[in-house]
Amino acid sequence: MSDFDFSTTLGNAYFNTPIFTASGCASSGKELAQFFPLKDIGAVVTKSIMNKPRYGRPTPRMAETPSGMLNSIGLQGPGIEAFLANDIPWLVEQNSRIIISIAGETIEEYATLARKVRSVSGISAIEVNISCPNVENRGLVFACDPEASRRVIDGVRRTIGGELPIIAKLSPDVTNLPEIAKGVVESGADALALINTVLGMVINLDTMRPHLGGKTGGLSGPAIKPVAVRAIYQVHAVLPQIPILGMGGVVSGRDALELILAGASGVSVGTASFGNPHAAIDIQNELRELLITKGFPSLKAAVGYAHREAQL
Amino acid sequence: MVEEVMSQINRSATHIRATILANKRVGQYHQIVFGIGDLVKSCRSGNFVAISVGGDSSRMILRRAFAISRVSESASFGGTMELIAAPHGSGSKWLCSQSEGSEVDIVLPLGTAFGIPTTPVNALLVGGGYGSAPLFGLAEVLKGRGCKVDMLLGASTGAKIYAPMEGKRSVNSLKIYTEDGTMGELGRVTDPIKVLIEEKSVDVIYSCGPMGMLRAISELTANTDVVHQCAVEEAMACGIGICMTCVLPVKGEDGQISMLRSCIDGPVMDGSQVQWHLVGQVPEGHL
Repeated sequence: MSDFDFSTTLGNAYFNTPIFTASGCASSGKELAQFFPLKDIGAVVTKSIMNKPRYGRPTPRMAETPSGMLNSIGLQGPGIEAFLANDIPWLVEQNSRIIISIAGETIEEYATLARKVRSVSGISAIEVNISCPNVENRGLVFACDPEASRRVIDGVRRTIGGELPIIAKLSPDVTNLPEIAKGVVESGADALALINTVLGMVINLDTMRPHLGGKTGGLSGPAIKPVAVRAIYQVHAVLPQIPILGMGGVVSGRDALELILAGASGVSVGTASFGNPHAAIDIQNELRELLITKGFPSLKAAVGYAHREAQL
Repeated sequence: MVEEVMSQINRSATHIRATILANKRVGQYHQIVFGIGDLVKSCRSGNFVAISVGGDSSRMILRRAFAISRVSESASFGGTMELIAAPHGSGSKWLCSQSEGSEVDIVLPLGTAFGIPTTPVNALLVGGGYGSAPLFGLAEVLKGRGCKVDMLLGASTGAKIYAPMEGKRSVNSLKIYTEDGTMGELGRVTDPIKVLIEEKSVDVIYSCGPMGMLRAISELTANTDVVHQCAVEEAMACGIGICMTCVLPVKGEDGQISMLRSCIDGPVMDGSQVQWHLVGQVPEGHL
């Protein structure tokens, strides 16, 4: 067991273990630290931060759905300055590996955020969230537009230089995901985060109106796992050299392995943490056992294993 | 445990499997008692718990939040915790259907607690529906501090009043109001509060119940010396501060309005700080 290599890499960033939190599902880490040491998982991916403080969307912000939930948070947050001053130093003190997730309303805002993150030490990578579904204008979901996606990543790459790996977080709610993935990789993304939540809606039968304050929300949880597996498989098939941080409905080691076999080099745990605060560490332990039981010498050997040619 | 690694948030929260020691119907509600051992020592009136429902193959993926009704310690059962559940949704129905001896996955204790005065005061406890559950445990604590404890309970109808016999012993007076007059006096639980405040016969109001009731009490206590501590209820997915769904607009000491999480900055909040008129909206000037 001690010989087993559980490490992974995203671009030039090295992680001891492959299970991460998912952005927007671990706040900035303090809340989960009571349940397990944050340094024991691959990395904490912080909640997508914008340049200015933001209230987010009105309540109700949540609706439970069969094997899933809709959320409509709308990127509530303290703004990048307060976030870097208050939250990051604490995470660094925990010896946690950190991936900062950023979100902007304009291409310029992403570049501004990248410039502010560039000077921070102790960061392993930057996730560029171009796919949050909870914005006022659907046209602002950059990841739904190949050209806008490229321009955002291009702007971040130019600003941040060549060192810090860029992970582009994409939406599955598009016609041709591999094309969008290729575009952001050509523009300088080192890795891809797949998938963001799937746009959905619940109608409240008492009010007979959309239940969420923001009307639409992002669907997450086990209900979307097959969508995640499909998206990862499709993208890994056309970009086998590009590491994928997979996410979408993972609640067990078996789920994590499924995403890895589809092509994910690391797996983020999101909604599962809402139901089980130990989910990330539990899943990581289950995954290690499972990989060893299946006879893999390392995590890396399992990445994309579902793509191998059929044996006669 | 490495003390310095821990943050203040969720500092007492523990994730356990607890055995149900008793589960009995009380009117429309279920009174459920769990064995939680030494964890009773970190539970305070106002705290809540988050329970996983439906079993391992459930399609319900989110925990359900319940206010702690009371905790106690006995030689035969050790530390025990009582919750009051209303079997309304599929999650609470599942919990209410669990028999004595079954094990349940619980995270506890969570959230803020009612502030207990250091000197004896006149306390008024106001509960709506089974929002009265945490108030009886609170009443015992306040009585222990020498406070005068009066309680007002209200509901739309008598069957929705939760007022156990043993709970009545821990208050100086108990008045019940129902909107249909089927129990106690006809009217709303907030009706007598204005006069009580004018008579200066109340120093602190502790409340738990529907948001409309909490808002009405906050309006009655506005511009008075009466402190209003209310336990809010907003739909939450996680109960531990990571999902950001249960937010309420609250004015801070600097006058700034923030969207605070009712799970970690609540459920007990200062009623005068909650911007009740903005609940369900986004404060102007920001997205």
